[in-house]
Amino acid sequence: MRTMIRLAVAAGAAAAFAASIGAALGESTADEIAKYREALQDGNPAELWEARGEQMWKVPRGPNKVSFERCDLGLGPGVVKGAYAQLPRYFPDAKRVMDLETRLVWCMVQQQGMSEADALKNTFGNGSAKRSDLEALAAYVASQSQGIRMNVALDEPHVHDMYRLGEKMFYYRGGTHDFACATCHGDDGKRIRLQDLPNLTKVEGAQKAYTTWPAYRVSQGELRTFQWRLNDCFRQQRFPELAFGSDASIALTAYLAGRANGAAYAGPAIKR
Amino acid sequence: MADPMKIRANLVGDSTEVKVLMSHEMETGQRKDAQGKTIPAWFIQKVNVTHNDKVVLAAQWGPAVSKNPFVSFTFKGGARGDKVKITWVDNHDDSRTDEATVA
Repeated sequence: MRTMIRLAVAAGAAAAFAASIGAALGESTADEIAKYREALQDGNPAELWEARGEQMWKVPRGPNKVSFERCDLGLGPGVVKGAYAQLPRYFPDAKRVMDLETRLVWCMVQQQGMSEADALKNTFGNGSAKRSDLEALAAYVASQSQGIRMNVALDEPHVHDMYRLGEKMFYYRGGTHDFACATCHGDDGKRIRLQDLPNLTKVEGAQKAYTTWPAYRVSQGELRTFQWRLNDCFRQQRFPELAFGSDASIALTAYLAGRANGAAYAGPAIKR
Repeated sequence: MADPMKIRANLVGDSTEVKVLMSHEMETGQRKDAQGKTIPAWFIQKVNVTHNDKVVLAAQWGPAVSKNPFVSFTFKGGARGDKVKITWVDNHDDSRTDEATVA
């Protein structure tokens, strides 16, 4: 009997102790992660991808031996400065709204003469075993918009339609878990394990999130693009796989990029 | 052939601040792949930095250093236009040397 009481007291004390640790952790963890990010900011390995992408941009590629200097990202052939801040946009030559990655693939196929299968072979890299040209190119192009305000042309009718479609998708619940993007990204203070999730329904949340992609993920040792971010969100929601460069992926990108309008682009960033 | 390093060397007061980003796998030799086979160790073992041919930093590294390592250090002296040369050698005897100018 006495042992039992003692055990109960011990259990009670342990619970109280755990609760106080939990409260302390809740606040300091976010602070500690912020400190960690700050420490890494100076030596962001995304720069290695940017350097590789810059080299790739200038070299003649594909069967046609054409470099990306002929590729028009919306501001004229070969112009990269500020291009990412205005994507996705409508391209009359492709008759489609395109984000950066889709446009790069279009240039590879239409101008450099690569087959679509070849251009899409390595959309997402896997460390050194499988390096992705697209990730390096995206890092380079995005880095050339640093400090430039996001300015997606939402008044352009095609982009506007995509934005509206993306908004619908953001709130659409489905899949085996009856999830929507908004389930995780529609409230303040949500998290997955220790990772705080941005509230994308608020302009500040969308701005802070969108302007830091592409980003180097320390846990993966890889630079990740926005197409990857959406693809992995779909996986986590147990949705069907989001096809690379699909209209669905561009609609969601247009919605989130459009919501980030007005904020200075600050990527490629470094993330856990 | 290894990718080039990113080097920044800036004069701060009377010393030079050097920041280097290296591209390297830094595989520890402790990890296993999807088939359960050990991934062989592959990491930078020696780092050597010279300023106008004088050694200012020499380091021996092991597998505990992260992938794509970042090194930041300062040394006394240096002037704008001076050369800072950095070399790493890994356990495959692969090496890479890059140079930067102090700004």
